[in-house]
Amino acid sequence: MRVGLFIPCYVNQFYPQVGIATLQLLEKFGCEVDYPLAQTCCGQPMANSGYESLTGNCNELFTKNFSSFDYIVCPSGSCVLHIKEHLHSAKDRTAATAIRRNVYELTEFLTDVLNVDRLQAAFPYKVGLHQSCHGQRGLHLSQMSELVAKPYSKPERLLNMVEGLELIELDRKDECCGFGGTFCVTEEAVSVKMGKDRVRDHEAHGADYITGADMSCLMHLQGILKRQGSKVQVKHIAEILNAQ
Amino acid sequence: MSNSNHHTDHATLAEKFNRDEARVNWHDETLWFIRQKRDRAAWSLGNEWEPLRETASAIKAHTLSNLSDYLQQFEKAAQQNGITVHWAADGEEHNRIVHGILAKHNATQLVKSKSMLTEECHLNDYLKEKGVEVIDTDLGERIVQLAEEHPSHIVLPCIHWKKEEIGELFHKHLGSPEGVIDPSFLTNTARVHLREKFLTRRVAITGVNFAIAETGEFVVCTNEGNADMGAHLSDVHIACMGIEKLIPKREHLGVFLRLLARSATGQPITTYSSHFKKPREGQEMHLVLVDNGRSTQLGREDFRNSLKCIRCGACFNTCPVYRRSGGHSYHTAIAGPIGSILAPNLDMRQYKDLPFASTLCGSCSNVCPVKINIHEQLYQWRQVLTEEGYQPKSKTVAMKAMAATLSKPSLFSIAGKWGRKVMGLVPGLVSNRLNPWYKQREMPAPPEQSFTEWYKQNRKGGKS
Amino acid sequence: MSSRDAILQKVKAAQPSLLPLPSIEKQPREVDAVKQFQAVLESIGGKVVFLNAEESIAEKTVALFPEAKRIVSSITAVQNYFFSDYKSLRHHSLQDVDVAIIEAQFGVAENGAVWVTEEDLKIRVLPFICEHLVAVVDSTTIVATLHEAYERIGASAYGFGAFIAGPSKTADIEQSLVLGAHGPKSMTVFLLH
Repeated sequence: MRVGLFIPCYVNQFYPQVGIATLQLLEKFGCEVDYPLAQTCCGQPMANSGYESLTGNCNELFTKNFSSFDYIVCPSGSCVLHIKEHLHSAKDRTAATAIRRNVYELTEFLTDVLNVDRLQAAFPYKVGLHQSCHGQRGLHLSQMSELVAKPYSKPERLLNMVEGLELIELDRKDECCGFGGTFCVTEEAVSVKMGKDRVRDHEAHGADYITGADMSCLMHLQGILKRQGSKVQVKHIAEILNAQ
Repeated sequence: MSNSNHHTDHATLAEKFNRDEARVNWHDETLWFIRQKRDRAAWSLGNEWEPLRETASAIKAHTLSNLSDYLQQFEKAAQQNGITVHWAADGEEHNRIVHGILAKHNATQLVKSKSMLTEECHLNDYLKEKGVEVIDTDLGERIVQLAEEHPSHIVLPCIHWKKEEIGELFHKHLGSPEGVIDPSFLTNTARVHLREKFLTRRVAITGVNFAIAETGEFVVCTNEGNADMGAHLSDVHIACMGIEKLIPKREHLGVFLRLLARSATGQPITTYSSHFKKPREGQEMHLVLVDNGRSTQLGREDFRNSLKCIRCGACFNTCPVYRRSGGHSYHTAIAGPIGSILAPNLDMRQYKDLPFASTLCGSCSNVCPVKINIHEQLYQWRQVLTEEGYQPKSKTVAMKAMAATLSKPSLFSIAGKWGRKVMGLVPGLVSNRLNPWYKQREMPAPPEQSFTEWYKQNRKGGKS
Repeated sequence: MSSRDAILQKVKAAQPSLLPLPSIEKQPREVDAVKQFQAVLESIGGKVVFLNAEESIAEKTVALFPEAKRIVSSITAVQNYFFSDYKSLRHHSLQDVDVAIIEAQFGVAENGAVWVTEEDLKIRVLPFICEHLVAVVDSTTIVATLHEAYERIGASAYGFGAFIAGPSKTADIEQSLVLGAHGPKSMTVFLLH
């Protein structure tokens, strides 16, 4: 099974440890992982700002980088959703179509493709799971509280396999943190208020760590936690699932 | 108050709203409470709920695909029932028609129950200018009217008002004792005040929740009973509706009335679901069918489904942005997520900010009883606004620069490397008050190495 | 061209090609309709009183509302209070009615609503303008859901019809529920069995 590792641009630059944990985790499960060095970004920052029309080159680059893999795996629900919904290539339509079908967010890949039911990981802390919206409502990583439907959660299921980890309950288990891409600066006041309210929910329930499948949301929450001088830390789910 | 908001954008108005954090918390929690009531009501129908949404959505899709025929069928049936049917191409014509009916009857006063359409058409302002006194009879609407404001929510017009403020307002305008803030007492004060209006006004305006093509009747839903008090005591009843309010058959009400109140407030049904088919003996009944941009929206394939909306307000209550920015920050009659996809159709320039007043979290689409893909339409409006040239030049320049950098891996890696280095050396360069991120958040600490750099050092495949 | 024709023309040009009209799926419900009706109506602020065939509607009403000065009924059988002059009555004069007694055609278990038409009411404003409302319903008529309700209504002719579910209410002031916004402050359903 040849897996192409797709690392979001900001993770590459600011959170290399998340990329490393993702890679090591996939290798542990026997995947033959390759990281195309020429990758940059999925194009989502432009598209969500209304400039999907400018993402043509990003799309071509992405298609070229990832056309030769059985699966493409990425530790971000948001970037995966963008590729799934918006990747098009004028040069290689077949490859783009295949990529849209074969691109997976890390926890859904571990759950649905690798059928992981056991993990060699330990993380003896109280952990709050932040459900990032694109992963949850876009990729259906977890059931959504708005729907009258049976609950499930792929990230929660994996976290429950980690030794010593205690998942906390939240008052609002799937409310948006307010990151929202450029929203976090164009609507700074609301964005921060949403983030503060998420942080408060986790703190009130005794979280040592806030985790999630999207580092962008966690970066936003981390910025608020640090400014508030909170002891609560953020950690990407890949790091926890890979923790020894 | 919200009239003056036309010249500024959502982000600015939201920032103002957020200066009083305790009030934002209160607003957020009040609306979240309604979202929770909605959840319980939805779960009470168990496995019927999701199929019901699906059916409602499909009935609306069908109706929109055959709207011109249904409109004619409805008109004919309504006329046979003795209702006078009027057609208005836009808000201006709607207002003229209503005023024409009033003038014919020499009426200078009227009572009006909730109609978001008349808000959309600015009927109150129009009639005021013509010397007609309009009394809004929905309690929440009366409160904002006394305060010379507009509703901040389509179902809960004064959700942004605190009882202390309402007490003060009623003391000033309705003579209630100073300092009285008990909701029962204040409601009763309004009841006495408005009952006199019901008994003395000869003309009543109501909105329309659903109109039935097959039978020519229309349905108005309220909890207070104000639409019925107004309509049944009036000599002239004028009902105003957007052309998208049609449904084909009476039996379809079974679907929509099961969804409406549960989605709106978590009630199993509104207290009153009144079916107006014929005027009362001796009464005149008028119905104004209003287009006002709806046929344009119908022609926009990506946005057509927004016309399925039944105005339940569930998307407002669930929206984390709405709850923390207040209805007036949307500077349009219909605020919230649905308003943000309806308003740009009416005026892209004026409402170009609204599709960006969202994180695209998608909760709105999930609560929508007619399954409008609201968050996808918000995304799509952003693209249209760019195409039509409504984005600021500076943003376009920045986006083009970003696209150029991200198109070239070598450029991206250099930019990333320098960015991290500069951030490490001169933290003040990004960590300053001019950076909106930094205002209330710390920046992430730049690491020594990017993942790409690490990979090159640590994995065989990384050797270039 | 008139606005009517212009709108119709624009709509016709804008509407997509015909999409199918779905049928309404009714899931059978295994519920005690009367019990559910009572529970739901009480949860939305209404009251239920069970009445035997030999019990008098008028007497029961008086017993429940001993203070009432003006009681009117649109039910001919409730002779003492039937407003036989309803055809000439000025509707506004009903403003001081303390209790109105009306007959409803049936009730709906899932939402506690009863269905009334102008024929039952005689005067449309009656159930809205009174201080307290009594609606008489045969307990065998309670249907499970609104789907069955509309099946029952069918194509029946009426000038005005309404579902009424509980007393008039508002929560416009800080979401505090207040009964008796503009209409009745209470609604009591007499369930006949």
